Amino acid sequence: MTRRSAEAWVAAAFLGATATAVGFIAAYVVDASPQALGGLLGATCALLALGLVIWSHTLLPHGTYVEERSPVQPPEETQDALVDTMARGSGGTPALVRRTLVLAGLGLGAALVVPLRSLLLPSSEPPGEALRHSPWQPGARLMTRAGDLVRSEEVVPGTELTVFPEGELRADDATAVVIRLPDEDVRLLDEATAALAVGGIVAFSKLCTHAGCPVGLYEQTTRQLFCPCHQSVFDVLRGAEPTAGPAVRPLPQLPLGVDDAGYLVARGEFRGQVGPSFWRPA
Amino acid sequence: MITRWAVKRTDDRLGFSRTARSGLNKVFPDHWSFMIGEIALYSFLYLVLSGVFLSLFFDASTARTVYEGSYDAVRGSEVSAAFASTLELSYDVRMGLVVRQSHHWAALLFVGAILVHLCRIFFTGAFRRPRGINWAVGVTLLLLAIVNGFAGYSLPDDLLSGTGLRVANAVLLSIPVVGGWLSFLVFGGEFPAEAMIPRLYVVHILIVPALIAALITAHMVILIRQKHTHFPGPGRTDTNVVGSRLWPSYAVRSVGLLFFVVAAALTLGGLVQINPIWYWGPFEPGSATAPAQPDWYVGWLDGALRLMPPWEPVAFGYRLSSVFLPAVVLPGLTFLVLYLWPVLERLVTGDRRAHQVLQRPRERPGRVAVGVAALTFYGLLLTAFSLDIVSQYTGIAVFALVYFFRVTVLVLPLLTGAIAFVLARALRDSDAEGLLALTGSDLRRSLRRHREVPGEPSDAEDTERRPATETEHAATGPVGRDEEESEPVRVEAGPVP
Ligand code: HEM
Ligand code: FES
Repeated sequence: MTRRSAEAWVAAAFLGATATAVGFIAAYVVDASPQALGGLLGATCALLALGLVIWSHTLLPHGTYVEERSPVQPPEETQDALVDTMARGSGGTPALVRRTLVLAGLGLGAALVVPLRSLLLPSSEPPGEALRHSPWQPGARLMTRAGDLVRSEEVVPGTELTVFPEGELRADDATAVVIRLPDEDVRLLDEATAALAVGGIVAFSKLCTHAGCPVGLYEQTTRQLFCPCHQSVFDVLRGAEPTAGPAVRPLPQLPLGVDDAGYLVARGEFRGQVGPSFWRPA
Repeated sequence: MITRWAVKRTDDRLGFSRTARSGLNKVFPDHWSFMIGEIALYSFLYLVLSGVFLSLFFDASTARTVYEGSYDAVRGSEVSAAFASTLELSYDVRMGLVVRQSHHWAALLFVGAILVHLCRIFFTGAFRRPRGINWAVGVTLLLLAIVNGFAGYSLPDDLLSGTGLRVANAVLLSIPVVGGWLSFLVFGGEFPAEAMIPRLYVVHILIVPALIAALITAHMVILIRQKHTHFPGPGRTDTNVVGSRLWPSYAVRSVGLLFFVVAAALTLGGLVQINPIWYWGPFEPGSATAPAQPDWYVGWLDGALRLMPPWEPVAFGYRLSSVFLPAVVLPGLTFLVLYLWPVLERLVTGDRRAHQVLQRPRERPGRVAVGVAALTFYGLLLTAFSLDIVSQYTGIAVFALVYFFRVTVLVLPLLTGAIAFVLARALRDSDAEGLLALTGSDLRRSLRRHREVPGEPSDAEDTERRPATETEHAATGPVGRDEEESEPVRVEAGPVP
């Protein structure tokens, strides 16, 4: 590229940048689409960049330069001198002073670490308690996300229903999925699962025992619950035992009952640890 | 002239002219691969700029509000303030969506550039003495960039990021003994706690960015003190730097690069949708999106979670979560090996000398093999994090894919590593220009040879094991000469290989 044509190219790029900048301002004023705004401002920057790079490559002094590299490492004596200076006066530090200083340092360190306990909000229980319990109480009525209580006859076969304990609609660890099994399946239920079901309706914790994602999808034909996060599969007929994927433990089952008014209720807590595993006696 | 006057008057008071002049004369090696680090730097700059804009509108709170903005499908429903303000930022603030999306694109670019930069340093041996400190600083920057990306991604309190936080919670819980407390202290209580979003916000816009800024400063100061490395070539030695001067051509080109990075972020932010939280919807207890994929820089961990066989051993009477190995031990080991790599390599090669001239990757077939194997391994994990989507498109059952990947992720890295080793050795011994110039006999020779033949440049250097500093000092004249640098000399030197 000759000097003249290089100059022309750079100038053209800078002119283009000016034009798109003006275009951007106009687009902003008329409240144009994000595509126009981003595109125009992006084009301004790109043209500016283009001009600068061509300028640098063609018009600015070039060439290969050699710079001597003085060694970073100073001579031995200089280093020694520094260490000696740093050690100034330390030879005389009495052992008592040194040791108590270390002690004070440790004390201050501990004093700064302990208040980290405040990170746990005052409103919150300590983990040992909170992780083991969910808000389900014996007799707690089941409530849908929309705030409706659930009658047993309202649970239709083939769909899953997400429920919470009555009045605890934001209690994540209480989320349960309620499924009505067709009659021919009820006979297939294993004994333990059947004992916690009521009239062919079963309920399991919705939090995956792998990493705690809500188990979203119930497949009616295979009677399986799928987790969207890492594709664990749970077999509803066998107490939600995992049959594929990384989950190890079954989804804990919620013991169900029906109260006098015909509403579904829990007969107690989930049977098992809800959600992901943590360090606790096996 | 006005500049001359201004410079002189300021210099009268501050006395910087000597340092500034030697700074402007500083020589930078001319090689495209030295620009990658700059791309990372400029993406960070843009992240801070666009982030400040976002923080003027974003409301980091989980307080429930009724959304009244202009997005129809959500209007009137009760959502968190964080979600509502992100929607508002996207739909009602002019330029808001562009800035928000470009912030996200710049984050991807940032982590990507750091990673490619790391590969450049790794494969060319730039981490060898005396640059071990800067290697450690760089690895820390990668770690912080990933952490901050994840924190930012979690801020809008949408269903997808909420799902990511669920998994993060499980990861914290899985840590033996302290897991429960760790998770509760981090989130402020049992997941999902109200304190979660405000805390992530402080982490995202203050703590981690401040750390990153401090470490980038350290990275640069060390770089200036030690000067760049350069590729081997005519006239390039351990006692000089060959390239172009900072002022003006290098500086102008670098500012050009800055604008290219900003242009890329803005154009992508305007034209290519990213993280449309209104499709995911707000975070709700007991709901999740399907499919659920995090950003790619944490995707490899998600892939590892998917491939991990169901296994929860009982140790000392306690249950060890199946999340622990893939999501705590694996990244822990990954970063441990990254941090220790310069030491590990020193143990193997015995090379403790300072180096200013880079190696071409082929000079160290062993390192190339490890690097390629590692890239294959993490690449496969990254692929594994979208196996459900692969399954949707191909119709192959997910669990079949999972079994296939469980084997592949262990076997394929060995294979690619071995191939890379043979190719690198063939390149080194045949002196071919590139992979395509290799002949069949080069490859056969590389395959057959088991013992290193003496007389190769790199090995010769290493076995010589001379007391490096003495000779180097001798070459540069009086030792202990301080900062004052001589003016660079212009030479005719060949192009960088
Ligand atoms: C290391 C650098 C940073 C990275 C990797 C990063 C990454 C991200 C990502 C991925 C998001 C999600 C965007 C989305 O909604 O799609 C985000 C959001 C956000 N970032 Fe950053 N960021 C960085 C630095 C900053 C800084 C320095 C600030 C402020 C000074 C900031 C302020 C924000 C705000 C306010 C949001 C929430 C707004 C929203 O999501 O729409 N970021 N960040
Ligand atoms: S969270 Fe359900 S499979 Fe991982």
